[in-house]
Amino acid sequence: MANQKSDEYPVIWLQGAGCTGCSVSLLNAASPSIKNLLIDELIPGKHISLRFHPTVMAGAGVKAIEAMEETEKKGGHILVVEGAIPADGAFGSVGEKKGKPVSIPSRLESLAQNAMAVIALGTCASFGGIPAANPNPAQCLSVAQALKNKSITTLVINVPGCPPHPDWFMGTVASILLWGLPKEEELDEFRRPKAFYGKLIHEHCPRRAYYDEMKFAKKLSAPGCLYELGCKGPITYADCPLRQWNNGVNWCVNSGGMCIGCVEPGFPDLMSPIYQKMASQPEKKEV
Amino acid sequence: MGRIVIDPLTRIEGHLKIEAVVEQGEVKEARSSGTLFRGIELILRGRDPRDAQRITQRICGVCPTSHSIAASLNLDSAFGIADKIPDNGRIIRNLILGAAHIADHILHFYHLAALDYVDIAKVAKYEGKDPALSSIKSFIERRELAPFLPRYEGDYRLEKKVNLQAVAHYVQAFDMRRKGQEMLAIFGGKIPHDAAIVPGGVTEVPTVDKITSFLWRLNELREFIDNVYIPDVLAVAQAYSDYFEIGAGCGSLLSYGSYDLDGKEVDLIKRQRLFKPGTISTNLKLARLDPAKITEEVKHSWYADTTTGRKPAAGDTIPQTGKDGAYSWVKSPRYEGKVYEVGPLARMLVTYASGNAEVKSVVDSALAQLKASPSALFSVLGRHAVRALETKLIADSMPGWLLSLKPGEPVYTEYEIPEEATGMGLVEAARGALGHWIEIKKRKIANYQCVVPSTWNFSPRDDKNQPGPLEQALIGAKIKDEANPIEIGRIIRSFDPCLACAVHLITPKGRSLGEFRVS
Repeated sequence: MANQKSDEYPVIWLQGAGCTGCSVSLLNAASPSIKNLLIDELIPGKHISLRFHPTVMAGAGVKAIEAMEETEKKGGHILVVEGAIPADGAFGSVGEKKGKPVSIPSRLESLAQNAMAVIALGTCASFGGIPAANPNPAQCLSVAQALKNKSITTLVINVPGCPPHPDWFMGTVASILLWGLPKEEELDEFRRPKAFYGKLIHEHCPRRAYYDEMKFAKKLSAPGCLYELGCKGPITYADCPLRQWNNGVNWCVNSGGMCIGCVEPGFPDLMSPIYQKMASQPEKKEV
Repeated sequence: MGRIVIDPLTRIEGHLKIEAVVEQGEVKEARSSGTLFRGIELILRGRDPRDAQRITQRICGVCPTSHSIAASLNLDSAFGIADKIPDNGRIIRNLILGAAHIADHILHFYHLAALDYVDIAKVAKYEGKDPALSSIKSFIERRELAPFLPRYEGDYRLEKKVNLQAVAHYVQAFDMRRKGQEMLAIFGGKIPHDAAIVPGGVTEVPTVDKITSFLWRLNELREFIDNVYIPDVLAVAQAYSDYFEIGAGCGSLLSYGSYDLDGKEVDLIKRQRLFKPGTISTNLKLARLDPAKITEEVKHSWYADTTTGRKPAAGDTIPQTGKDGAYSWVKSPRYEGKVYEVGPLARMLVTYASGNAEVKSVVDSALAQLKASPSALFSVLGRHAVRALETKLIADSMPGWLLSLKPGEPVYTEYEIPEEATGMGLVEAARGALGHWIEIKKRKIANYQCVVPSTWNFSPRDDKNQPGPLEQALIGAKIKDEANPIEIGRIIRSFDPCLACAVHLITPKGRSLGEFRVS
């Protein structure tokens, strides 16, 4: 592979109102690993060039911002956004321009404008998530909404989860490298790749047999279906029960901690109180 | 007089901006500013108290486990079950926290801090067959060097062999910290944001397969800590020994203590813990900790002066933009009105001075190897070295805890949510002392306050105009090239900043940066 020029896919990773948990989740990727993503060709002949990522990059300050802005100028990059977008720019900024802080929403607008696609990574970027929870003190929006408000039409792919599974991100990126941007029919009604969000947790849950036999756990840590303790598996679409987490060692329901619906647009408000049985089971949709 | 602005300061958690005033190559004044606001405490009000344990984890994706445990201890105390957590539950919480600290410290040294000392570009001339180094060489030959370049240029001093080895370890450490997170998820369900820690204990039950799977990941990590991590930190320390005299900071340290070894004592300060609570300064004289002496001051923060000097449990947050003399959204936590640094250095030295034989032995042998005195630990390299030694101490304590789990015994205790109650949860996050306080009314959260490590370490000046720990650590630093202030990055990163934690406070009005500009 040495000395062969790869196709470079420049990536800018913008952090908005978030907690860096999406980045840490990506660091937990097993195969491909973060090393494969950063250093190797993720797909033979194709390499991700991570031009800006606040947690990982060596450079800081002006040098980091210059690297971001040069990539932005050339265009054609993949923009990954982690965290929600505060509608009022006063609540967050990244870097300066002529001695004045540049707000997160204005960074988003200029970075999205010329991008090949935007990956809204995590539930905050996809739907608003935790910072947009009632009363939404920083007036946070999803990336798609923030761009829509500015009539920016770059394709947005939502890869939600609090945090998202690293495979969901790697798979979304690898798919772009292999086959180009996703077709509309490959995304669900919330613009999530069906490949990862097409299955209902409840239908593939290892505790499903308990549910069918109406054997419900009476308290946390007990065997049985967690539905009556508040599990949101019946309304949550993700492949966690099949894929499992952290290199397959465990996942929420398996640990008795139940599904809290973290990939859904209503997280956290529509999923709370977390430890309370859902008022009614919403209608099922086709999978 | 020059002004250096670093925005964003990268390889940390969160949004941080640093401004320094430099005169003849020396920092005269420094100010740190968080540049993002969310408002988690306001979001918590009115919710089911149990939800705080899930939501506060999401203050920070790097240290969610610490918030998870602080919230659980807080709720345990509010629910009146602080002395009723089953041993299995207490031990599994310790194992989860330990796994988080190991993964976090490895991440911090190799992936956040090391690029200030290790020169990855030198791998271009590598001739050997190590797979990690060969793949980096291929990477360099493709000539797309992000995210490793551009960077601040400066004195990358490691000699060739040590440097190459450190780069190979940078790659290996990705796998190691991932295994630490896997170890965590065996009992935690998943990470970031664990599923299995709850008020009352945990939901995951110990079984022999989980215990052995955890054990062998732990064994691999312990080998890495002993044979790679600690030797690498010592190698960096030898090449950059002047950094034992740089970045001393405020010289006073505070620890809440952590890792509960006893489940019956309700008072967390009296509870038997691996790390001891207390305060200590450069003379290594230990003092007892009284959480009632913690206050938060706001003279230089954009909050109403009427709220200054309050205890966290009675804390309030009334923003006041454009306030004269204010330059930060971070409040200034103080203990007895004095400035304190928190973190691994604090808990290790407090535990050292408490007479813990293991801590004394690892610290003393490292000091002997470095020919340094304990006071040299108050420095950039001291923080790195002690963080590595602490990783060893925690990892070496864990097999004993793990093997004391009893499959079949309970992990969780039930409780009633009280009509009205207050609670306090104190624990040590990777970055230092973390406290959660709750007030429950009508079975809902009436008030929830968190005082987090980076609020202590990155606090602005207080009511008596005393600069915060980082601000003090930067003053006097020599900067060789103002366009490449690599020295500032080294000092700041030694604290392992976590800004999402520090600036979780609320503000309904924006901020107005620029008022404290000095040139």
